[in-house]
Order: sequence, then C-alpha cells, then structure tokens
Amino acid sequence: MIMIEGISFTYPGNVQALRNVSLTVKDGEFVAIMGQNGAGKTTLVKHFNGLLKPSSGSVRIDGVDTTKTTIAGLSRNVGFVFQNPDHQLFSETVKQEIGFALKNFGFDEETIQKQITWALNLLSLTQYRETSPFMLSGGERKRVALASVLAWDPKILILDEPTIGQDHEQKEILHQFIVQLQTQGKTIVIVTHDVEFVAECNPRVVLMKEGRIVADGEGKEILTNLDALARSSIVLPQVAQIFTQLSALGFPKNVIDIYEAKDLLLNAWEKRQT
Amino acid sequence: MSVFDGLKFRRVYSPIHNLDPRVKFIYVCAVFVAAIIFGEILPLLALFLLQVPFVLLARVQKEWLRSLRGALLLATFIFFTNFIFSFISAGYVILATNVEFAAAMTLRFVVLVESFSVFFLTTSPDLLGLALEQTHVPYEFSFAFTTAVRFVPVLAEEAQTIMDAQKARGLELEKGNFMKRIRNYVPVLIPLIVSAIRRSLELAEAMESRAWGAVKKRTNLYGLKLHRGDFALLALTVGVLVLAVYVRLFIPVPVLSRLL
Repeated sequence: MIMIEGISFTYPGNVQALRNVSLTVKDGEFVAIMGQNGAGKTTLVKHFNGLLKPSSGSVRIDGVDTTKTTIAGLSRNVGFVFQNPDHQLFSETVKQEIGFALKNFGFDEETIQKQITWALNLLSLTQYRETSPFMLSGGERKRVALASVLAWDPKILILDEPTIGQDHEQKEILHQFIVQLQTQGKTIVIVTHDVEFVAECNPRVVLMKEGRIVADGEGKEILTNLDALARSSIVLPQVAQIFTQLSALGFPKNVIDIYEAKDLLLNAWEKRQT
Repeated sequence: MSVFDGLKFRRVYSPIHNLDPRVKFIYVCAVFVAAIIFGEILPLLALFLLQVPFVLLARVQKEWLRSLRGALLLATFIFFTNFIFSFISAGYVILATNVEFAAAMTLRFVVLVESFSVFFLTTSPDLLGLALEQTHVPYEFSFAFTTAVRFVPVLAEEAQTIMDAQKARGLELEKGNFMKRIRNYVPVLIPLIVSAIRRSLELAEAMESRAWGAVKKRTNLYGLKLHRGDFALLALTVGVLVLAVYVRLFIPVPVLSRLL
C-alpha cells in the first residue's frame, strides 16, 4: 500500500513541484495519474521508490517510511519503468539487460535464469534473447525495459508514459498486459496524458495541476467531469465528447467505454424502430 | 553537477556582461599566464583578489561561489599531494614554507577556476560564437563549440534521469571498493553516450533539412565592436602582464612565512 500524507517537494532552484499532496493507493489498485506537462506527475511517482524524498510530509510504502530506507531496498517491491527506454538500456544482449536488476538484488544464478526466461516469454521477446537491445525497434526497446523491471516480480508497478511512441496495436497489447497483471493482484500506477488509453482501461484517475491533486475518483466520473478536465487542460475522451453533445437528447453524459456507448446507441435506435 | 552550475550562463545585464568576449578571453588568458609564472602565495593572492571586483560588478557572486565550492574537492587533493611531496622531500619534517607552497599551488588552481568561471558566467554562448566567427575560426568549428556549450546542461539533466532509471533497477552507485564504484558507472555512461550520439545525428539531420551550410559566406546582423570598457580591460590586461613579468624578472618575491 502506498500512503502519502501531505507531501511537498521543491527542486533545487526553488521550483515547487508538489504542494501538500495526499494520496493512498491500496494493494491491487490500478491508478492513472494525469495532468499537463509540469503538473508534478513524475515528481510524485518518483517518491514511490525513494528516488525523491519529500521536503515535508511523509511517504510510506507498506508501512515503511521512504526516508528511512534505500532506493534499492524500496525498488525490490516497487518497480519503476521510465518513459524513455534509451535511458536504461546498456547491456550487450537483451538477456543481460533483464538480468541486470536481478543481479543487483542478489538473486542466485538459477533464479536469475528462470526469471529471465519468464520475463522474455511474458513480453514475447524470447526470439531476441541474444540480440543487442540497441538493434531493436522503439516499441521493442520499450518492452525490453518493461521486462527488465517485471523480471524481479515487484508488487507495485509504476509506468511513466507507457503509451508514448507506441502504435495502436502495442497499446492494445499493453492494455491486455495491465489487465493480466491486475488479476495477479499487482498494484499498478501509470503516469500519462493519453486520454483515450485511460478511457479504454478505466482505472481510478487522479488529476493533477501545478503540484496539487485537483480530482480523484473513478475514471468514468473524472474523465467526463468537464470542469475538472478543463482546469487541468485535458480534453474529453472521444466517446465522452459524443455523449456530452447527445445529452440534450436524454443520453447519459458519463460514458467513456466504447461497448457501453454502442449498447446505449443500439437500444435507442431499436426503441425508435419499434 | 555543481561544477557545471558555475559555468552556466544566465542572461543578466551588467558592465561585465557587455564587455567584448574576445577582450575578456585575452584577459582570462593573461591571468592564466600570470598565475603560472608565480609560485609564491602573495602574487597569487593578489591575482585572486583581482577577480573579486569583476564578480561583484557582474552580480554573479552566488554562482561563482558555487563553482568554487565545486572545485573544493580537487583543490583539497592538490593541497595534500603538494604538501605530502614537499613533506617527503624536506626529510619528513613539517616546514612552514612547505605548507605555504602547497597553499600557493592550490591558490593557483583556484585562480584558474575562478577566472574561467567568471568568463563563462558573464559571456553568452551566442556572443562567444560570434567572437569565434569574427576571429576567423571556420563556422563549422565555432558552431560545434557553441552547440557543445549549450548542450552541457541538457546532458547533465539526462545523466540524472539515467542514474534514476538505473537506481530504480537496484543499482547502488556508492557501493563497493574504488574499482567497483568506477564500474558502477558503466550502466550510466553507456546510455548517456548512446543517446548523445543519437541526439547529434538527429541534430545534424534537422540542421541539414534547414539548409545548413548552403551559403558559403555568412554575414551577421550584429557585429562585435570594441567600446570604452573593452579598451579599459585591454589596458588592465597589458598592465597585469607587464607587471607580472617585471616583478618576476627584477623583484624577488618575498615568502610569507619568512616575513612573519
């Protein structure tokens, strides 16, 4: 469980990135943190594994205060996948890249090999086992970065902008993958401004603006709340845009799911037919 | 990254910022030469104090102090190596002159750092590029130089992100003995170099698609001209050099510890 109580954070040079933020993420929850560039999303999640320590307030991961332990210690339970895979890939082969963290955490050789095979398989990278990560395409590199974190099977997974530079098919795969991890009881936090992706996944949504949390709730409610979205400069998902315009005809406004939208429209159409 | 902070330019207007970068550079070189020809503490102290009015006039005290703090580690190292060697050569006795010598060598280093720091803190990369061009350095070189200067803070930021990414995968940079610690930086350096090369290729393509180098003879909207302040600085530069050479040749420089 991630428990954040009234944290503020100021970067050197007096840039205040977080102002009195409180947030609790329960085990097994799926949360999307959204907001404009510079809203403090990445700064907030960097507190989850101790990369940043709050200037005031407290961050507790499973009851452990992040100021009282190391980044490596926290990372054992909190996996953090950075936005740009090129910021972490350095090994000669994909296999070594995935094994890097496992070695750092001091797993034995047998477990390392087992976990590498497992992670490669999980992200359909088995064929690239002996390939250099630098020879892979952008999307594949992103998957290697993800595999290199999942390999040690952390309880909490943080994905910073996972959909950037991914085509539609890869986003779909990512969605399926997140669902799969959720069923395994993992806590997942994504940082994104991809409204359509969030609408499709329908997680709990936390909206941020200028270092504060401005809205927090079910995706369906937050992503159709015009006021809250306008305040943090986020556009409505396309489905919600249609239903906002149709609301004068008696349709509900809070629809973000394509299948729900289809059913509603089909029902209305059938009613008119009869 | 505090050393880099001491070299980062911020757009401020002051009499020092308005000086011609060419003259400023000659001045820095003159201080450099003067610092090299003296090994005694008194003239070095004078050279050190000579920079202070520049710093105050340019109002860059804070950044300047930060760059000095960044040089502290190396300065301590220089002091101790000099001290230990003179301690050994003096036959394992601590002499006041030896301490003074070590302090003088350290001060020489500090003078070099502070004068370069003042130069970079008060000279915009654009003006620097312009100065290089007007001194007939080929444009390719002056462009490469100014680009390099401009990308230092970008690279520093990127290095920080990479360190964070690797720490999140359990890398502990401060762990292990000396050799292990150096090896710990491999996972940081490789992505940094790879992305710097990628970035440079992208930059080259972006520049070529905007017709870089299409015109052989370039002209500039603004030219550099020497003003009154520049001539004053030039006079000061010549003065410093002449005085330094004169003192070196004809006046024995007293050793502080013998005076006391």
